Amino acid sequence: MSEPREPHDAPSGPAIGQDEWVARHGDNRSARAGALGTIEARLRTVPWWGWLILLVAAFALLPIVSPSGYVRRVAFDTTVYMLLALGLNIVVGWGGLLDLGYVAFYGVGAYAYALLDSKLFGIHLPSIVSIPLIVLIGALAGFLVGLPSRRLVGDYLAIVTLFFLQIFLTVTTNGDEILGKNITNGANGILNVDPLNFLGHDLTVEHAGVFAVSYLYVGVAIFAIVYVALHFVNVSRTGRAWRSLREDPLAAETMGMPVSMLKLMAFSFGAGVAALTGTLFASLNASTFPLTFSFPLLITIYTMVILGGQGSQFGVAIGAILISVLLELLRDPSNARVLFYAFAVLAVIAALGRSRALGAVLAGTLAFGFAAHAIAGAIQHDWVAGTTEGGLASTVSSWVIVPTTLGDWLGPVAYISLIGIGLTLTLIRGPLRYILLVPTLYLAAFVWENVLLVQPEPTRYIVLGAMLIALMVVRPNGIFGERRVEII
Amino acid sequence: MDTFVQVTLNGLTAGSTYALIALGYTLIYGVLKLLNFAHGDVFMVGSFIGFGTLQALGGTSDPVVPVWLLLILMVLAGMAGCAILGVAIERFAYRPLRDAPRIAPLISALGVSFFLANSMQLMFGADQRNYGTFALGNGELFTKGFSIGNVHVPLIRIITIVAAFALMVVLWFLVTRTRTGKAMRAVSFDREAAAMMGIDIDRVIVFTFVLGSALAGAGGVMFALRVPTAASIGFVIGLKGFTAAVIGGIGSIPGAVAGGMILGFAESFTTGYITTRWSDLAIFTVLITFMLFRPNGLLGRAGVSKV
Repeated sequence: MSEPREPHDAPSGPAIGQDEWVARHGDNRSARAGALGTIEARLRTVPWWGWLILLVAAFALLPIVSPSGYVRRVAFDTTVYMLLALGLNIVVGWGGLLDLGYVAFYGVGAYAYALLDSKLFGIHLPSIVSIPLIVLIGALAGFLVGLPSRRLVGDYLAIVTLFFLQIFLTVTTNGDEILGKNITNGANGILNVDPLNFLGHDLTVEHAGVFAVSYLYVGVAIFAIVYVALHFVNVSRTGRAWRSLREDPLAAETMGMPVSMLKLMAFSFGAGVAALTGTLFASLNASTFPLTFSFPLLITIYTMVILGGQGSQFGVAIGAILISVLLELLRDPSNARVLFYAFAVLAVIAALGRSRALGAVLAGTLAFGFAAHAIAGAIQHDWVAGTTEGGLASTVSSWVIVPTTLGDWLGPVAYISLIGIGLTLTLIRGPLRYILLVPTLYLAAFVWENVLLVQPEPTRYIVLGAMLIALMVVRPNGIFGERRVEII
Repeated sequence: MDTFVQVTLNGLTAGSTYALIALGYTLIYGVLKLLNFAHGDVFMVGSFIGFGTLQALGGTSDPVVPVWLLLILMVLAGMAGCAILGVAIERFAYRPLRDAPRIAPLISALGVSFFLANSMQLMFGADQRNYGTFALGNGELFTKGFSIGNVHVPLIRIITIVAAFALMVVLWFLVTRTRTGKAMRAVSFDREAAAMMGIDIDRVIVFTFVLGSALAGAGGVMFALRVPTAASIGFVIGLKGFTAAVIGGIGSIPGAVAGGMILGFAESFTTGYITTRWSDLAIFTVLITFMLFRPNGLLGRAGVSKV
């Protein structure tokens, strides 16, 4: 036996305990063999700052590689998502708490900045003052919201925080008349928010009609600072305490840890990071609206954290990048179509492996499609005469049935059957599964072309919701997540 | 005085809806120790199933069956549809996570809620759907009824309130007087011990989801008889429903009814006497007050953790 390897995510300082090392030893020994295993083992030896430098370098080089303002804007939004994911990772990944009011703290930051730096009250604080102030306000808000659910048991915390989100929306939407005063300008939002300014210079948003790099670089710089700061928090005494109470709060409490205080701390840290990000967001857009900070955004950030892997900072950043790019691609029908078919083929390959069944299913689906298309076209030409938009449309519409009009009932029926059959397939074993897979895949293509592609907005969210469920069921650790350790 | 009667009536109607939802939360929490965030969206789906049934039976202007039968059929369809939905949710989103850390099924539940709301929007659009109950039988559901002072109590409110309470009585009977109910109570008391005594845990959990979701479905249809529904209502209604469950003491059936009523009255009295804009804030205040002074709710038991 070779020298036993260190657990991959062991902090450089003292490990949580010998037990954890022992419990992980089995995992480490059964690590992947072969070339992939070697690569994985090598990757694990990359120090944490190596990953950070990689991320920062990628974002810093992006505007140089591509002069497009659109790419820069998406990169900036991705940076915002990455920051939000880092903050949520503290609460969910390290603290193991379910904070459903997270985006409200993001909103608190944005609104605080809008109040402190806009024409609404005529206050124009320099950013060097307002940013630390807003982080403190955010952290304090987090502390106060966490306080009432004193024992902070998962469910109660979830309710109080989720209701807090609702209250935040109510207050900001109706805030144009709090005791007769206009505080938040209601649903119209606060406009004319100042840009960030440093040493007397305002950051420019646009330069000659193109999204300027300044905000992107400031965003990336803030990301790097937060990343480093949080890394040191995580390897500190407090970080270790968080992880131990995530694994077993009762044990942590009996060891004399101030559990409630630690949880409130995790909560405030997350809220502070969210508020900081809100500042960045409000200053770039020069406005804030209540509905930005609602449930869909919350789910988006949760999906990022879960996909990337709760607990791993690099993981959640990667999760944020993947989801942000995915949502951006789904906006455009041509990209979305390519993505869908690529995903379908990859999913079939992943499910069936390299076997004869794989070829049979793929060929069968193609044949099934052409046959169904021909039969439908022969019965009634209208059934296949519909048009779809986006690239590859002509290729696809000679295979998938696209009727000119769908009727009121066909869309819902097809969609519900697809979900029903798809879920049933996961329960069936044996050859019947392969046989049923063929019409299911075709049905999926039909639903995709006729129902989902037509409405990008709900579709993007359906993808997120489905992803969240599937991830929790299949791989709750995400891509890079820490493995939970069972110590018996 | 008239305002008071009207406000009380509104509170009773809203409270009975919240109580029906809260019961679902409480039942499921009892056996699984899981807050089923998707419950509000099951309620929303129920209201859409009622709408579909109404359309299928000829719509409000020209129903093919008598009005009373139509109402019963709508409620039954809503209950059946939601029961199936609830079982599917349990089977595919919660059962694989039964032994996972507690936060895992909660996140999965969030995903289900989001998935349902957006799927409904995808299929039926984001617009409000109005049952148009006023057109049923020349509006007799609204014109009939009785009066207290100057306040008219329409038949439709009487029906929804009475039906809600009838369902609660049925539920009470099922849980306390039947063998399956006994098994449910055993599972909620101690799942492992119940399994060792030969109780089929999976069956009990599925039955609980059937009960809870059917109540939500009935609530959804009865709610939408008076108020237009939309794909997005599940979030806020669900939030209030489980606030009611927590206020009443989560896991306790009478507590859920009491919590629903408290919430309904808090909302209607704020709306009636203070302002419509801040009724959510009033409910939140009630929730925070309970969290601070009675964290286990009105009728809940204090939890003791054993090692």
